[in-house]
Amino acid sequence: MTSRILPILVFALVMAAIPFIPGVPPFWIVLLDNIGLAALVAMGLVLLTGVGGLTSFGQAAFCGFGAYTTAYLTTAYGMSPWLTLPMSLIVSGLAAVFLGIITMRLSGHYLPLGTIAWGISLFYLFSKLEFLGRNDGISGIPPLSIGSWKMLDPGSIYFVIWIAVIVCALLSMNLLDSRTGRAIRALRRGHVAAEAFGVQTARAKLMVFIYAAVLAGLSGWLYAHFQRAANPTPFGPHLGIEYLFIAVVGGAGYVWGGVLGAAVVVILKEVLQSYLPLIFGGGGQLETIVFGILLVALLQLAPTGMWPWLTAWLPAGDSRRRPAPADALPARSGSHPDTGVLLQIEKARKQFGGVIAVNDVSFTVQAREIVALIGPNGAGKSTTFNLITGVLTATAGKVAVLGKSVSGAPPQEIVKLGIARTFQHVKLVPDMTVLENVALGAHLRGRSGAIASMLRLDRADEAKLLAEAAKQIERVGLGDQMNQLAGSLSLGQQRIVEIARALCVDPMLLLLDEPAAGLRHMEKQQLASLLRQLRDGGMSVLLVEHDMGFVMKLANRIVVLDFGTKIAEGTPADIKTNPDVIKAYLGVVA
Amino acid sequence: MNTTILLFLLQDGITNGAIYALLGLALVLVFAVTRVILIPQGEFITFGALTYASLSAGQMPGTIKLAVAMGVVAFAFDLFTFRKALHARRVLRSVAVNIVFPLAIWGVMWALGGRPGNIALNIVLSLLIVAAIGLYLYRIAFQPIAHTSVLVLLIASVGCHLALQGFGLVFFGAEGQRGPAISSDAITIGALRFTGQSIAVYGITIALIIGLWLFFGYTLYGKALRATAVNRLGARLVGIRTSLSGQIAFLLASVIGAISGILIVPITTLYYDTGFLIGLKGFIAAIIGGLVSYPLTATAAILVGCVEAFSSFYASNYKEVIVFTLILPVLVLRSLAAPAVEEEKD
Repeated sequence: MTSRILPILVFALVMAAIPFIPGVPPFWIVLLDNIGLAALVAMGLVLLTGVGGLTSFGQAAFCGFGAYTTAYLTTAYGMSPWLTLPMSLIVSGLAAVFLGIITMRLSGHYLPLGTIAWGISLFYLFSKLEFLGRNDGISGIPPLSIGSWKMLDPGSIYFVIWIAVIVCALLSMNLLDSRTGRAIRALRRGHVAAEAFGVQTARAKLMVFIYAAVLAGLSGWLYAHFQRAANPTPFGPHLGIEYLFIAVVGGAGYVWGGVLGAAVVVILKEVLQSYLPLIFGGGGQLETIVFGILLVALLQLAPTGMWPWLTAWLPAGDSRRRPAPADALPARSGSHPDTGVLLQIEKARKQFGGVIAVNDVSFTVQAREIVALIGPNGAGKSTTFNLITGVLTATAGKVAVLGKSVSGAPPQEIVKLGIARTFQHVKLVPDMTVLENVALGAHLRGRSGAIASMLRLDRADEAKLLAEAAKQIERVGLGDQMNQLAGSLSLGQQRIVEIARALCVDPMLLLLDEPAAGLRHMEKQQLASLLRQLRDGGMSVLLVEHDMGFVMKLANRIVVLDFGTKIAEGTPADIKTNPDVIKAYLGVVA
Repeated sequence: MNTTILLFLLQDGITNGAIYALLGLALVLVFAVTRVILIPQGEFITFGALTYASLSAGQMPGTIKLAVAMGVVAFAFDLFTFRKALHARRVLRSVAVNIVFPLAIWGVMWALGGRPGNIALNIVLSLLIVAAIGLYLYRIAFQPIAHTSVLVLLIASVGCHLALQGFGLVFFGAEGQRGPAISSDAITIGALRFTGQSIAVYGITIALIIGLWLFFGYTLYGKALRATAVNRLGARLVGIRTSLSGQIAFLLASVIGAISGILIVPITTLYYDTGFLIGLKGFIAAIIGGLVSYPLTATAAILVGCVEAFSSFYASNYKEVIVFTLILPVLVLRSLAAPAVEEEKD
């Protein structure tokens, strides 16, 4: 705790002291004000783009919403700036809700392009609307004031700006280090894994989009009272682009990268503007040329930004720390049946165009049993998994859990019923620790939301989640790797981490897609004994696996698929001698 | 509203739309092959247009100096890449592409000695200069980071846009320029007057679209580009040099951008920074086309052109607002129809 707070406290004290140092030119304070304003927007972008993987070029437009809201309300209705603060934030937030609902579902490259488009559109709207003063904007905005103290000069609003920056940085860091934060951090690696553990990805995206917009709105509000005027220029597409590269230059994955990037970019632009004409003579836009070239050069030298490059010099934290013990998490709500049929698949069928990947497959999984799904490559095993977990919807047929049909239910609902899975192609977040990755599995068993996390009201809940994650990691035998980054583990270990993550769901049925691939002999034996132990503890396992030795010793029953069709089902002994199975694996017996 | 105005607006919209279609195609091409969202496309337009206008006015455009300078830097990058295996053939090829080629263009312009050449020669020279700039731009700015994420490429793209736009101001000044029309003839059909220029716009757009279709469908290089677009790693494994694919994509995009610029500079006055907005409208078309479909992009471009023409007639103040908002309903439709397919990132 102290190691986290101490550097921020020092930073805050240094920032607070700067204006009181004798001989600091007033111009520096103006620069610092501008840095703070840009840092607020960039911080939102760090969460949105660097952490969540959603690129937005339109943040300047949200600053515009914040600035124009207060500009209009304070000049036209004479409202106090402090009263317009919540209004500014709400207006930016509402704009984000509207634009977010439209654009957030778009993935990949549509999103940045879409944000460029509405960024430009809003810029022209600001410059054409009569009541916002068209291109001239609104001037004569009152300064912020406390009692009779009016913050007229850059030196006094400086404190408001930097208090806002530091508070927002703290809130952002708190948010990232929480249940909601893990869900946001998982977004960048695609939806499937996060949704498999109950994360409502669309809602998480919208939330982080709104958060970024509100930070931009705050910056806009401050800007309006700092300049005491608002016109469309600072909210145009070029500024939207500039905020994004502030975040990238600083290090898009790091909250303080936003602040660092803002400092670097604002100071660099200032230096270029004042010194280049001295070197090359006046005229032209030399600073944009040099600026553009420096940007490209920087990306080639440090594509992840400057913050990680700086922090690489600092000593790493202790990687063996185990989370403090805490009360046990409540068990997953819902049933944990001891007998009977858990999962029933009836004539399930999946067609991709003309290809029938799964062809009228039926089988069941009972309580306390290990069922193996085997078959040659392309037999439809992973597709069957995706049908069960709701990633794909069956073309025909039925999937029922505890006798209730779940056809068409999304993955988030399936996992609530107690079906947890791993993936054939490992889907961990490589730059999160093993502990954080596994804790994502317990997402549905936590309660704290975003606001509680930002205010650190989630600590009791969070401690339970992490303790549960640590328990499951130790159960699968990776206790020593708990605080390593998931990406640094071997592929076999990453598969085991996925199992621990699935165990965090407190499942009744575990779906494992090739869990033993990439494991050494000893590790396979450990895995087999873990799975037996889980079964004896009352859990069922459905697994896809190619290692026949492993499967035959472990499974109670085996289902064999070939070209999407079930060709055999029975005990390992039956399957070994089944002529159809031998034919499918080895070709026609001579 | 009467039929004449309707027809007139439609004609205007289709002419603009044809230009947006060309730009949209170039953007789709570059994105598919290199994953770069080509913001500097706007600069290719202005560079092409203003180089042509300067040449026609008998001036030496600054872009040639930029091409030569970028060629030298590209050569230096090549040498650095080859440093462990400096084969004569590679180095000579690099010298030819990066040093000799731009110097040869300069030589021709020098030989002209400041006299305005004829229109065809000016067009060819402008296209060659911009093509060289496009080629070197990929080599210098994008090839070293070709493996990084779309976001990093995008930011680099913005950096290039800023730098090139700055150069545009240095070379061409803040005043706008117009160039001579390709043809001053005109024909009148009913109430509509078709200038030679607008017919050239239609003709060249259609020719380029057919040309691209033939290139991608029937040539080895075209197929190599498509293969790179589908799967970079797979393309490399079968021996396609993805860096070459990227260079070809940039070459094509810059030539298409320059052609668009040369086509419109006789119709409207272009400033050093006009290209950005025109390029963005090509983007709108490309987005509507889903960044993958060429025919859809071309159709969408015509639509964008027509919406622009009609809104500038009925609500000229809100022209840009309407054009850029046009994308939102399209995005809504796309998001409703979006399949829940997982893309493997990084």
